[in-house]
Amino acid sequence: MNFDDTPQEAAFRAEARKFVEMNAPKEFEAELSKASLGRIKLKDRDIVAVGKAWQKKKADEGWSCLKWPKEYGGRGATPIEQVIWQEEEGIYGKLTSPFQIGEGMCGPTVMAYASEEHKRKYLPKLASGENIWCQLFSEPSAGSDVAGLRTRAEKQGDGWIVNGQKIWTSGAHYSDYGILITRTDPTVPKHKGLTMFFLDMKTPGVEVKPIKQVSGASDFNEVFFTDVRIPDSQRLGAVGDGWNVSLTTLMNERMSIGSRIATGFPEIFAFCQSYIDEDGTPAIEDRAVRAKLADWACKASGLKYTSYRSISALSRGERPGPENSIGKLVAGVMVQDIAAYAMDLEGAAGTLNDAATADTYGPFQAMLLGAPGMRIAGGTDEILRNIIAERVLGLPSDIRVDKSVPFNQIPTKGR
Amino acid sequence: MNFEFSDDQKQLRDEARRYLAEHSSPKAVRAVLEGHAPYDRELWKGLAGMGFLGVAIPEEYGGAGAGHLELCVIAEEMGRALAPVPFSSSIYLAAEAIMLAGTADQKQKYLPGLAQGTTIGTLALFEGTGNPSHDKIKTSAMQNKISGAKKPVPDGAIADIAIVAARSGSSGRDTDISLYIVDLKGAGIARKDLQAIDPSRNQAEITFKDAPGELLGKAGEGWDLLMQLLDRAAVLVAFEQVGGADRALEMGRDYALDRIAFGRPIGSFQAVKHILADMYVSATLARSNCYYGAWALSTNAGELPEAAATARISATQAFQHCSKQNIQVHGGMGFTWEFDCHLYYRRSNAIALGLGSQSYWEDALIDRMRKRNAAA
Repeated sequence: MNFDDTPQEAAFRAEARKFVEMNAPKEFEAELSKASLGRIKLKDRDIVAVGKAWQKKKADEGWSCLKWPKEYGGRGATPIEQVIWQEEEGIYGKLTSPFQIGEGMCGPTVMAYASEEHKRKYLPKLASGENIWCQLFSEPSAGSDVAGLRTRAEKQGDGWIVNGQKIWTSGAHYSDYGILITRTDPTVPKHKGLTMFFLDMKTPGVEVKPIKQVSGASDFNEVFFTDVRIPDSQRLGAVGDGWNVSLTTLMNERMSIGSRIATGFPEIFAFCQSYIDEDGTPAIEDRAVRAKLADWACKASGLKYTSYRSISALSRGERPGPENSIGKLVAGVMVQDIAAYAMDLEGAAGTLNDAATADTYGPFQAMLLGAPGMRIAGGTDEILRNIIAERVLGLPSDIRVDKSVPFNQIPTKGR
Repeated sequence: MNFEFSDDQKQLRDEARRYLAEHSSPKAVRAVLEGHAPYDRELWKGLAGMGFLGVAIPEEYGGAGAGHLELCVIAEEMGRALAPVPFSSSIYLAAEAIMLAGTADQKQKYLPGLAQGTTIGTLALFEGTGNPSHDKIKTSAMQNKISGAKKPVPDGAIADIAIVAARSGSSGRDTDISLYIVDLKGAGIARKDLQAIDPSRNQAEITFKDAPGELLGKAGEGWDLLMQLLDRAAVLVAFEQVGGADRALEMGRDYALDRIAFGRPIGSFQAVKHILADMYVSATLARSNCYYGAWALSTNAGELPEAAATARISATQAFQHCSKQNIQVHGGMGFTWEFDCHLYYRRSNAIALGLGSQSYWEDALIDRMRKRNAAA
């Protein structure tokens, strides 16, 4: 048992480290180091523009979309090399958030289902950051139950006409392309009548409206489709096979091992060391505070070493076990609890969320307002528990009353 | 990175699991629980014969000389099977203490017997309520004669020797404490069985009256040694806890698959699924933290004090959580004497206290993290 690289891994790491040292945008080092949770903001610069520049530099020397084949802009790297790269990229990895959906979800789906011509046309520009891709799946009436989506695509000539609405689309406001799942046949059961496409976000009839969230930020959007025409050549997979295609996309989402998930623990630990409470001593000297910190320390450590176990499997060339599926479930609740606890220690002033006092009160107010989203986006806590119960523990799936009913006969109103 | 047990270690685990499934069945655990014997002597002999007791004891002292990763592997299986034997007392506490601080002569004298199971050892630390603290140790050592009362002493009624923490000085500092090896079959010893929540393991009170003790380690270093010993034992016990947590999770999962209510397996209800998913989460966090502890223990890493506390806290949470929720998943049947759920519930709550309680370790962990931060 050890944490050491194999000789090949060490050589790869040295190469990666050298590239980062020579090329990373060091002028943002301080800002990026501080931004540990939630949306990254740079004071004077647009994060997307800075991210694009970094992504381009990486792509030029083969450090973007590492696992992809070289001909599509990747490096043909192994999964463990991908993890090592993430470790070496470190804080600069935060600049790549606008590209992650493209790299992790859209790209692999295009790679699996698009024509060779399209792959060569679109994937290298995705890898180099020139084009940003988004994923148009969720709808107002199809969140956790994404197969209940209602956006219609109807065949017309050699293309399709799309009408409907998507929601919670991360980054749609700065995206160039998207993968879009639609309903092409409402007369068959819900999983069977879906078809996947990709489209140019500038296609006439596509309208993007940012959603203002609890936190005040707008990371997500509503996307409206009014008579949007998509050529049939942009279909991904067979007509009616969209559900299986979407599983390829989502499977890739859950394979993001080694990406360090924010828990809020370093922040609360630092805060409790420096914050002087009513008795004139640092909060960390209080027994009740220590009990809370210890619990969170063990959870943060448990997540870290759980990902090390998965990385070890990758290093041996094996598929990691299911253990990594716990990450977001543990971290989301932790962030929320930590934020509320720190504010409780601050007393009445904990309510203040003024930019001028942010240094005094820490990041907790912003964490509190952002945390509910962590527990919902990318699978709610409840859906994640279902997944663990069904796929890891082997429990039977829930009885689904709408499973074999034609989609257009499923009730649409509760009461 | 290779943060995983080796193939040989996994083979050892499989071997131990098979052996214990046969020889430490719930029926065997119940025989001890229901008072038919203070521990399972046949199982104890069998474990010695398999070489499991001495797995981390060097070959020159009669062990297998494999190492602490192998001992972690065995510990997990012992916890999984709730083995009703004094393994933790004799191996994690007594043998570890002697390996840590014993002279070559002491190692030669005691370790072969501990490895063979012909000697059972334990640690006599606590004196009534409270967590490990040098202030609480009133037992005295005058010219290596021990006087005082220790309780609870795990496996105290069946042990042959005890490592005893006693006061050899009067400065009021922790350097007043020294460790002694005491022959519990010798003069000046009185023992009394104590009733406990987990009768599958023995708890006793031992009274010492001028009992001859043999100094272990240097005089005045006893407290420091104890702290090291508890860290080492914490990692090993944490593996037992993870083994128990995993088994409780499996029992709950299996019952949820078999039990039908409202016309369907109860495991198809989300309310039940979510209980089991949360059990999986806590067991997984604990296992990963235990691996960290195992790494630190087996390499004598500087991180051991932090890793041990982390593994301990996490594993205590997981085992208590899984054993408690296993009963909940079973419903009324889980509350019967007949079902095995309570065996795990009892063990999880007893084992949570034996090396100091959860709040003690939480406090220790934060202390250790602060020290590291200050040093960095």
